[in-house]
Amino acid sequence: MRHILSLLMENESGALSRVAGLFSARAYNIESLTVAPTEDATLSRMTIVTRGSTDVIEQITKQLNKLIDVVKVQDLTDGSHIERELMLVKVRATGDQREEMKRLADIFRGRILDVSDKTYTIELTGPGSKLDAFLHAVEPSTILETVRTGASGIGRGDRIMKI
Amino acid sequence: MADLELTGAEIVVSCLRDEGVKHLFGYPGGAVLNIYDEIYKQHDFKHILVRHEQAAVHAADAYSRSTGEVGVAIVTSGPGATNAVTGIATAYMDSIPMVVISGQVPTPAIGQDAFQEVDMVGITRPCVKHNFLVRDVRDLAVTIKKAFYIAASGRPGPVVVDIPKDVTQHRCVYEYPKSVSMRSYNPTSKGHAGQIKKAAQMLLEAKRPMIYTGGGVILGNAAARVTELIRLLGYPTTSTLMGLGGYPSPDPLFLGMLGMHGTIEANMAMQHCDVLLAVGARFDDRVIGNPKHFAKEARRIIHIDVDPSSISKRVRVDIPIVGDVVQVLDEVIRLVQADSVKPDAEALNAWWAQIELWRAQDCLKYDRSASVIKPQFVIEKLYEVTQGDAYVTSDVGQHQMWAAQYYQFDKPRRWINSGGLGTMGFGLPAAMGVQMAHPEAMVACVTGEGSIQMNIQELSTCKEWNLPIKVVLLNNGYLGMVRQWQQFFYEERYAESYMNSLPDFVKLAEAYGHVGITIDKPEDVEPALRDAFGKYKDRLVFLNFLTDPRENVFPMIPAGKGLSEMILL
Ligand SMILES: Cc1ncc(C[n+]2csc(CCOP(=O)(O)OP(=O)(O)O)c2C)c(N)n1
Repeated sequence: MRHILSLLMENESGALSRVAGLFSARAYNIESLTVAPTEDATLSRMTIVTRGSTDVIEQITKQLNKLIDVVKVQDLTDGSHIERELMLVKVRATGDQREEMKRLADIFRGRILDVSDKTYTIELTGPGSKLDAFLHAVEPSTILETVRTGASGIGRGDRIMKI
Repeated sequence: MADLELTGAEIVVSCLRDEGVKHLFGYPGGAVLNIYDEIYKQHDFKHILVRHEQAAVHAADAYSRSTGEVGVAIVTSGPGATNAVTGIATAYMDSIPMVVISGQVPTPAIGQDAFQEVDMVGITRPCVKHNFLVRDVRDLAVTIKKAFYIAASGRPGPVVVDIPKDVTQHRCVYEYPKSVSMRSYNPTSKGHAGQIKKAAQMLLEAKRPMIYTGGGVILGNAAARVTELIRLLGYPTTSTLMGLGGYPSPDPLFLGMLGMHGTIEANMAMQHCDVLLAVGARFDDRVIGNPKHFAKEARRIIHIDVDPSSISKRVRVDIPIVGDVVQVLDEVIRLVQADSVKPDAEALNAWWAQIELWRAQDCLKYDRSASVIKPQFVIEKLYEVTQGDAYVTSDVGQHQMWAAQYYQFDKPRRWINSGGLGTMGFGLPAAMGVQMAHPEAMVACVTGEGSIQMNIQELSTCKEWNLPIKVVLLNNGYLGMVRQWQQFFYEERYAESYMNSLPDFVKLAEAYGHVGITIDKPEDVEPALRDAFGKYKDRLVFLNFLTDPRENVFPMIPAGKGLSEMILL
């Protein structure tokens, strides 16, 4: 099962390596990991996407909680939540393809951020599956470069993670 | 007048003083010279100069194991720091509270591949409870305070404080914080009342109960409580290697150690019980063997531990209780006493009858008529001669298992060994740490000729401090435990397990200024031990027992097998 874990942790140097090291040392899987300071500069918020059985996820959560720098851990997939990821994708856009590519970007509510005579750079946000869908919709040979942030997540409504 | 400013080095020494540290084990070098200069000037604690940094850390570790206090070691940057890593990992695996101070190159040089630079925080990250790099002298005192607090609270563990040399020169006002609070670290201490109530009921309903205690009982100072509960219920009890002494071994309710080299009665009762109470233990692979095999029999499990991540890690449990073991057991005892339900005497009698049948197989028997010295016999005599009152440290191998099986520990903190990491070379430095903490006590280091040579240089430290340790070398001429596995599982292909060209241990001991004795006949075992603890009471005595080279440790559960799949003599 895919799980999205949200962490609040001390914004200390080395905190990221403790989390990354935990996952590699215990052979847990990381699909993506994003981190940045919060509105309170002493805290960072991290989102980790991982896969594992219920037992494994329980262990991951406990082990994360055990890290001294980690203030809070929440499994977003335990309740309703929103997940977003940002992707920048550079595609070949020449001749007929230019119109076609623009239309496709529109359908996916993408924005063209940069244009050259041979390329478009498109920004897309959404759940990971939507970004995957876009990449599948495009002729593979036209994709020149992609970069993705990994998922960020937040609980819906009153579900708030704060200290 | 402005408050007096101290240098970082003065602050380190002041912190140790204010923390009440009495013994510091260490080895100097460039990055810690400022600190050593302050150590030189003070009289609040003793510094014990070892001969290798690994030994400093093991000594500090065993100091802690035998006293319950936080052990403290100091090493220089680079090679000093890397030499300390085995010791730190050893303490980490056994959850020993320890603070290790390491020197670091000056902050501007960090990352420049400077002389004797190593990323200590990076190297030790997977084997510490936490670590710190102190970049600013103003953070020094509070960091050291946090280090002691983290090391000793919750599930204990080693904490490294890495201090760049320039930080030891910079100045600031010193104040040692009285306490620290950390929003990100609040170890649980109080067990859940509802869970404790369910646990008490489940214990009283048991038909085939079993109590299984581990190192957490020793670390949590819960031996008296565990003993009270076991006596109150009259239930059979076993212990892990790390928990020995948590309940008095000679007592009939105690079935001996369980696990890979556990007794038949302990392993079978563990496998066939219907209610299992696990206290401060973690169901590791050397204890329950294969978890699938363990799960074949249905049983309900209550698990008390201070660390939530130890619970339901390898084995699913029915009643998890996270909390301080003493506090939780106090509650359990109170509820069991108050309950009108009493243990089912009839069921319990039947269960004990079964256990006695297992016990009657006498799985720790060995050939007592042999003309060669049997290693088990040496340990039995050690127990007799010391009247069970010694601190026994050990290295790793067959001798370790024999010490665990045949020395009847009846008090906590007396059995000091590297259970989790299994570090050969632990025994002698550990004995130093114990003897420093308990100058009047009998301290024996049970070892093998492989293990002792991994830190034998410490005989020199022992001389300097006149530590009257008794080294009990069970010299079988082999890396015995390796040889045993090769005999059983590799068709007797003894690859590199024969210890050729051994030194003359008697001369070696004498060269270091100690007493050395070689014993090669069973009838000389006891007199030699009596001399060691009598005539040579105040000397380090190196007892070189030439033991049966082919002796094996029984029972044995092969790796990956289940608790009822023991190999017997
Ligand atoms: C540092 C280290 N290296 C290797 C091992 C693997 N090992 C475990 S037991 C053992 C043999 C120990 O031999 P010895 O100290 O002579 O004790 P004996 O088994 O003969 O009693 C070895 C090599 C270890 N535990 N620690």
